[in-house]
Amino acid sequence: MERNPMRRQLASLRKSLFDQGYLDEQFIELEQLQDDANPNFVEEVVTLYYRDSARLILNLDHALERRPSDFSKLDGLMHQFKGSSSSIGAKKVKAESTLFREYCKSGNAEGCMRTFQQLKKEYATLRKKLETYFQLARQIGPMESANRPK
Amino acid sequence: MVMAASETKFHVLAVDDTLIDRKLIEKLLKTSSYQVTAVDSGTKALEFLGLNNNDHQDVEVNLIITDYCMPGMTGYDLLRKIKESSSFKDIPVVIMSSDNIPSRINRCLEDGAEEFFLKPVQLSDVNKLRPHLMKRRTQTNVNKRKAMDEIVSPDRTRARYNELEVN
Repeated sequence: MERNPMRRQLASLRKSLFDQGYLDEQFIELEQLQDDANPNFVEEVVTLYYRDSARLILNLDHALERRPSDFSKLDGLMHQFKGSSSSIGAKKVKAESTLFREYCKSGNAEGCMRTFQQLKKEYATLRKKLETYFQLARQIGPMESANRPK
Repeated sequence: MVMAASETKFHVLAVDDTLIDRKLIEKLLKTSSYQVTAVDSGTKALEFLGLNNNDHQDVEVNLIITDYCMPGMTGYDLLRKIKESSSFKDIPVVIMSSDNIPSRINRCLEDGAEEFFLKPVQLSDVNKLRPHLMKRRTQTNVNKRKAMDEIVSPDRTRARYNELEVN
């Protein structure tokens, strides 16, 4: 069956996302909610995350340009980003957002900017990997693309 | 005892200003066989309940689960409004928050929240809702039977002042 190598590839890709710390167990929680009634639930939630993240990154970019820095506003925006990252299990992005908020609390603009650059890198990497993952999952078809307890 | 069709599924009102979390909580609740209405603000939650219409409950809501951090009316503000309302104070309220702040958690629980869930909310959290709903349903049935008893016993009297009932 030609599907088997693809299934193995998908499982391997999924495993690496966890092993390399891009995703945490919240992603598995999402997978467990996916069912016949909502067969694309995980991808739908992740797509909402991309939309939300694009908005927040734009707003954060603008807010970071202002002098003096409005740390309250920056913290508020990153609080949202942390929340959505946490909801999908985006582990590295969440860690960067936590660090960013620490710098907000201590009023460290330089730290904020540095961390934000790192966050954007992590986000871009995660997004690319997830897009590959879901693309592959779709090619394999409606059969389960992850280990789901039934 | 014959159960009406409307009694078979509990109706949960979910309140969260973020779309992702609304989608998540909705799925969590539906997976647990609850009927769900999801709104994006405390104001909309109160409108849905009918709090603005003579304090009369328009729809039956068995539990309210709300995010804490929302613009305008916070989840805590919503909790207080529910608990201060004579019509709705007995509806169990659960608060969700991404921030683990003990003083915040304690204040919510002290002011009437049944549970406080840290986000991201998981199925194991949603499983904790059922006892609160079952307890209330049992109490409602007891109250209904008491009300029925009063109707058939006209010699029982209650003082009434305009629309207010003095119990």
